[in-house]
Amino acid sequence: MNLKIRRAQNKMFEFLFILALSIAMLVLLVLLVQIVIDALPRLSMQFVTSFPSSEPSEAGIYPALIGTLYVIGIMTPIAFFIGTGAAIYLEEFSKKNALNSFIQLNIRTLAGVPSIVYGILGLTIFVRGAEFGASLISGAFTMTLLVLPIIIVAAQEAIRAVPRARREAALALGATKWQTVARAVLPSAVPGILTGMILAVSRAIGETAPLIMIGAFTFVAFLPESLTDSFTVLPIQFFNWIARPQDEYHELAASGILILLLVLISLNITAVWLRNKYQKRI
Amino acid sequence: MEKAIRIDGLNVYYETFHALKNIQIEALPARAITALIGPSGCGKSTFLRTINRMNDLVPGSRVDGKIIINGVDIYDQQVDVEALRKKIGMVFQQPNPFPKSIYDNIAFGPRLHGVTKKSELDEIVESSLRQAALWDEVKDKLKKMAYDISGGQQQRLCIARAIAVNPEILLMDEATSALDPISTIKIEELAQELKSKYTIIMVTHNMHQAARASDHTGFFLNGELVEFATTEQLFSNPGDERTESYITGRFG
Repeated sequence: MNLKIRRAQNKMFEFLFILALSIAMLVLLVLLVQIVIDALPRLSMQFVTSFPSSEPSEAGIYPALIGTLYVIGIMTPIAFFIGTGAAIYLEEFSKKNALNSFIQLNIRTLAGVPSIVYGILGLTIFVRGAEFGASLISGAFTMTLLVLPIIIVAAQEAIRAVPRARREAALALGATKWQTVARAVLPSAVPGILTGMILAVSRAIGETAPLIMIGAFTFVAFLPESLTDSFTVLPIQFFNWIARPQDEYHELAASGILILLLVLISLNITAVWLRNKYQKRI
Repeated sequence: MEKAIRIDGLNVYYETFHALKNIQIEALPARAITALIGPSGCGKSTFLRTINRMNDLVPGSRVDGKIIINGVDIYDQQVDVEALRKKIGMVFQQPNPFPKSIYDNIAFGPRLHGVTKKSELDEIVESSLRQAALWDEVKDKLKKMAYDISGGQQQRLCIARAIAVNPEILLMDEATSALDPISTIKIEELAQELKSKYTIIMVTHNMHQAARASDHTGFFLNGELVEFATTEQLFSNPGDERTESYITGRFG
């Protein structure tokens, strides 16, 4: 092929890729602008600190925001330890046999199971089985189940990406398996594991279906005071508002969505900051 | 000659592949450099990795026979593999420092084995780096990342890291093959200095390196140890015609 055609080809593909990116960004931008326009009239400090009300001008998202933070706050550490632990076991300790491959296949499949299915699971195990009821802890545990496969898969990939030479270096110095994992493998895998955590938390914040399934309220006029209190989360609150015919409620939902985005962004920034802090040591 | 290791009827299999066939070495000399040569796939690296039991990590590998160090068969059930590997340092083909500071790389081994006192670690770091002829080059940047020094320096850092746990034997698996000629010479000179204290066994694909840098040489071919002799004898007056063919460059 002559040089001219190859260069033209190069330009054409570059253009196509920029186009793909632009379309994605444009859609996102339109969405954001639309939400901001809808949200601005309702956005105030009072909106964040008020309880929901039948009077749109007085309604706020306080219990839902707190509910979301509680659910995420309980879920994240549990999911982190169980998920990373499972990944370490699968990658470093378990024998590579048929059972192991079967477990791997299942985890990957679970990562793609619709979230409502986790809702049914949570309803059976936590709400009814363990008799936690439609409570904060049922919600947090259900969310933990939901994000575990994502975290395990991400952590496994991060652990697998650590060069074998690094493990060998530690083992050859007389490190035990655990010392090798803790001191030579995990420090290099932490950024990848944290990336998985970011994805998992972002996913959990936006989930509605499984929590409705386990019976989270759509209208809550109080704060959960213990783990067994009932609760609601932001997306459920928005769902409730959007389902109403009046425009005021739609504006409330838009304001809420903006707040949710802010929560999401600040959580992500924290995680990215943590990741970069560790990455510097790699 | 003081003997460090005796190999008795050593066989290694990977699944069904017979990688090492009945290796017999009466006395691998202590505080000397032994070079292992032979064409790719001849088993010399496998042999090296049986000595610190790194081969245990290869799925499907199986060993029978004995490797006797200090009167103990290291494949005995009672042997503590971690303690064994502490006694037998290893330097790999590619320099593989940890993504940590120069200091923390050297301190890694001692910390594994329970040294926590700063003054003690400082001392080990300095003496290991001095022994590896690296101290003068890095003493002002011990807190710097190990990746920031050159490849040859990184390899000497890896030697220092191995020395830091006070081993008796140092295994070098083609430790200079990724380095430039000047760095290679430095490592060879370093090995000459270190042999007064450590038993060094080096795998090399470079016959000239074996000839100039070792005291004893073993020639492997197709999983067999064809010949084991003093380097002088093996290169000037080989006892086996396959050795002669190899060292005169007729194959490999």
